[in-house]
Parts: sequence; structure tokens; C-alpha cells
Amino acid sequence: MISVSNLTKKYGDFTAVNNISFTIRKGEITGLLGPNGAGKTTTLRMLTGYLAPTSGTVNVGDYRIDEQPLEVKRVIGYLPESVPIYGDMLVFDYLKFVHDLREMEGDGRLREIAALCGIGEIMHKSVGELSKGYRQRVGLAHALIHDPEILILDEPTSGLDPNQIVEIRNIIKEIGKKKTVILSTHILPEVEATCERVIIINKGDIVQDGRVGQMMSSFGNESVISVSVTGPAYEELASVLGAVAGVKSVKRGDAPAGQVAAELRVPGDAEVRPEIFRLCVQKGWVLYEMKKESFALENIFRELTLGGVQ
Amino acid sequence: MKKGFFRKMLVIMNKELLVYFTTPIAYIVFSVFLLSTGFYFFILSPFFFFGQAEMREFFHALPAIFSIAVPAVTMRLFSEEKHTGSMEILMTLPVTNWDVIMGKFLAATAFTSVMLIPTFVYVLTVVLVGSLDPGPVVGGYLGAVFLAAAFSAVGVLSSSISRNQIVVFIIGVAICITLTLIDYFLFFLPVKLVNFFQHLGVNYHFRNIARGIIDSRDIIYFLSVIALAVMGTEKILSNRSTAQ
Repeated sequence: MISVSNLTKKYGDFTAVNNISFTIRKGEITGLLGPNGAGKTTTLRMLTGYLAPTSGTVNVGDYRIDEQPLEVKRVIGYLPESVPIYGDMLVFDYLKFVHDLREMEGDGRLREIAALCGIGEIMHKSVGELSKGYRQRVGLAHALIHDPEILILDEPTSGLDPNQIVEIRNIIKEIGKKKTVILSTHILPEVEATCERVIIINKGDIVQDGRVGQMMSSFGNESVISVSVTGPAYEELASVLGAVAGVKSVKRGDAPAGQVAAELRVPGDAEVRPEIFRLCVQKGWVLYEMKKESFALENIFRELTLGGVQ
Repeated sequence: MKKGFFRKMLVIMNKELLVYFTTPIAYIVFSVFLLSTGFYFFILSPFFFFGQAEMREFFHALPAIFSIAVPAVTMRLFSEEKHTGSMEILMTLPVTNWDVIMGKFLAATAFTSVMLIPTFVYVLTVVLVGSLDPGPVVGGYLGAVFLAAAFSAVGVLSSSISRNQIVVFIIGVAICITLTLIDYFLFFLPVKLVNFFQHLGVNYHFRNIARGIIDSRDIIYFLSVIALAVMGTEKILSNRSTAQ
């Protein structure tokens, strides 16, 4: 669906994007992950035809973006990071404007999109007066109005509250079932929660590209098990759990008053929880909580981009 | 395809007109424009002294007043888009640079032409008080529309230069004022050059039309100013990738 080859963007002496290549197949949700200033936005701007690359080509479907920009723009829905939509207009007027520029007829689609993005109530408010969450939804409606084959979102959840983040992610996932979605983010859980594939970029280079699941298992996969109990002091807990086969390290965790908590690092394939449970029973400790979390992606990210932002 | 081209241009024009009529800046310019033309028509003309009413003073002052009023109308067209970042949204919609430029240019021309409508009151006054010579008045308004279009094109060009509206306004006024005042500085020049520079200024051509004589050379002059400014704007817009 999208193929990028040897794409480079230079601003004077500064290389924002350095000779990157990738292809994105139809129906994938791809996350473009990287620290701030890694070149995510510049890459997306070149994909959408807003910026001309210094060298390299972008093909969307059968079209080259530098040769048939209009055809490419027709199949893409794009939402820039700061959602720079016209503040002087009413939401309805704004969406109608986009609707008309996309050469669509009738107003059925406008109603549909208002319902999909949950903005039916605010169609007659001024865009400039909207809260950040509604503004984001109007931006999403702007990007989705022509039911695009490809949806490109630059940091779609930045500045939203946790409820809104979940809502937007659900909308993206829903769309991703049928469409190709590319989203950029510097938030790791976002990639784990929404994307099937992740491209990690740092200082303008692609440092990793693959399926989220694969990447987790191929890299030094580690999990953290947090345990909170009552009974022992932390030192005793740490020495007992540290002795369990497979545990690499123990450190103190956060626990509510009265409980003690420990965080154990274990290799991804080791299962130590039955043993911990047996030990607790044996010592007469009361187990309040035990959970396992995978920290693989975070590890990968840190390893690959360390020193990325200075 | 051709139909689509005009359609998008008109959609953009309509949007700009909608914004003009829903934001205060346009009304402020409108009011100041009417105040200053009214000043010329009633105070600086023989209206009160001799009880005569004529359109000459009004048309005489129009290029100078437009030099300030039109850049004030056009200054936001591109610089606001650059400043708020909405340029990115606009240019990633399926539109060409020409759709955008021509849409904005036509909106500015339409708006500045609409500013002329309330001045028909002056015409009415002349009809009531004095005797109206229709030729110069029709010519004057026709010239005024050409003038509005030429200055709008210059305003669109200057608006594409910077994201700062004040800078844009000053550049726009500077270009328009220069085009207007060239006429008044001709006596500094050697006689051989006078003719050349006279033809560069808007005043010479505007006055020709405002006399009621429609000459193709004057029309071509205004069309050339518009074409140059619009093409310059296109050049600047297509360079945005390197300018940022």
C-alpha cells in the first residue's frame, strides 16, 4: 500500500530523516515510535505530501507522491499533531469545507461522521472554543470524512485525559480493522495497545522494524513480577524471593501502608509464580497481590534510542 | 477534471469570505475605509464650500486609501495559516497551489469590491445635489475593481512571505504605496524616463479608466500586476519544503 525508499530530508546541514525505507501493507496498524525529535513528524509530512523530500521516493498505492500528489492526497486522511484546524469557523462549516474540497456530495456522510466521532452535539460551536478532547475528535472527523484507505495520525493522543485516550485508541483500532493506519507516538504503551507493527526511529534512522510480538520475543525479553505481602520485613522478603530459581534481581516496590512489596526481574520464559505462592504459604505470609508485566518493548526502546534526546 | 479545479477554488473562496464576514477585522477595515472615503468626499471636496458634489476627489484618493485598506484585508490570508499550522491541513487536502491561491485572491477581491458598495451613497448625493456625468463614475468604479484586484494580488503575495501578520501588512502597504506614489515623484527623473515610470504606477492607469476611457493597455497593466503577484505567490508556496 505504501512504500518508502531511501527517503531523506535535510534542513540545511541538519538531517531530520536519513535514508529510510519501509513498506506498509494494506490493513496494518503501524506505530512510528521514537523519542521527541527523532524525525517522526518529518517522515509523516513527507508521506502526506506536505513536505517534499530531499531525496528518495514515496509510493502510495499505484501513485508516486511527487508525480500525482492529488491522487495520493485523495486516499489519505491525515491529522497533524497539534490539530491545526480553523479556529474562526463553526465545526459544521469546517467539516463541510473539508467535505466539499474532497468533492463529496450530499450531507449524509457529515451526519455519519459526526455520530462516529461523537461530535453531533457541538456541530454549531466555534472550533476555537472547543476543549482539547473535542478538538481532537473534530480533527479525527476531518481525517476520516472521506472514508480514506490510509489514515495517518501524528501523536493522536497527546494532551488528552486518560478516558479520552482510551476512546481515541478504540476508534483507531476499530478503523484499523479495515484500513491502513500509521500513527506516530513516543508513548510505549500506546504502541503495545494499538499497533501490530512498530517502526522505531531515532535521529532520523530506522533502528528497528517488526511485529510487536516478534520484537518482544527476539529481544532480551524480561518480565517484572511484583509481589506485595504482609508478614515479613522487606529484607526478609527480598532474601527469600531472591533465592528462587530464575529470579535475576529484586528491588523494593511501592506498597500501601502495612504491606511490603518487591519487584522481581525474571527472564520471559521463566515461571516463578507457583514457587512464590508456595513460599508465602510455607512462611505464613498473606499474599495481597502478584502480577507479571512484560517490559520488553520498553527495554528495546531504551536500548535503541538511548541518548536520542539531548 | 477542469470542473473540479474551479469547484475547489470556489470552495476555498467561499470559506475565506465566510471567515471575513464572521470576524471583526473585516468590519474594522470596512468602517475605516468608509470614514476615510467619506472624509474625502464631503470634507476635502467643494461639497460644503460651494454646495457642489462630485466624485472626483473620492476617486482621486482611492488608490492611496486602498493601499492601506487592501493589505489590511489580505494580510491574514496565508500568514495566519502558516502561524497556526493550518497550512498543513489545507495542503494535505486534495488541492493544488493554484486552487488555494486563486480562491484566496478572489475572496479578497470580492471583499474589497463589496467595500465599494456603500460608496454608491456618494453617487446618489451627486445625483441629488449636482449633475452626474455617468461616464467617469462607471469608469471610476470599474477602475476601482481592477485596483482592488491588483492590490489584493499584491496582498496575497506579501501574505505568503511571512507568518507574522504585521510584517506582511507593512510589506503589502509598502508595495501598494510605491505603486500609487510613483506618479508624484516623476519630477525627480530625467524626462526620458518619466514615461516609463509613469506607466509602472497604478495611478496613471487608474485615472485613465476613471476618466471613462477604457483602453486595453490599462486593463493589461492591471492584469499583469495580478499575474505577476499570483505567480510569485505560487513560487513561494511550492518552495515551502525548503524554506522551513
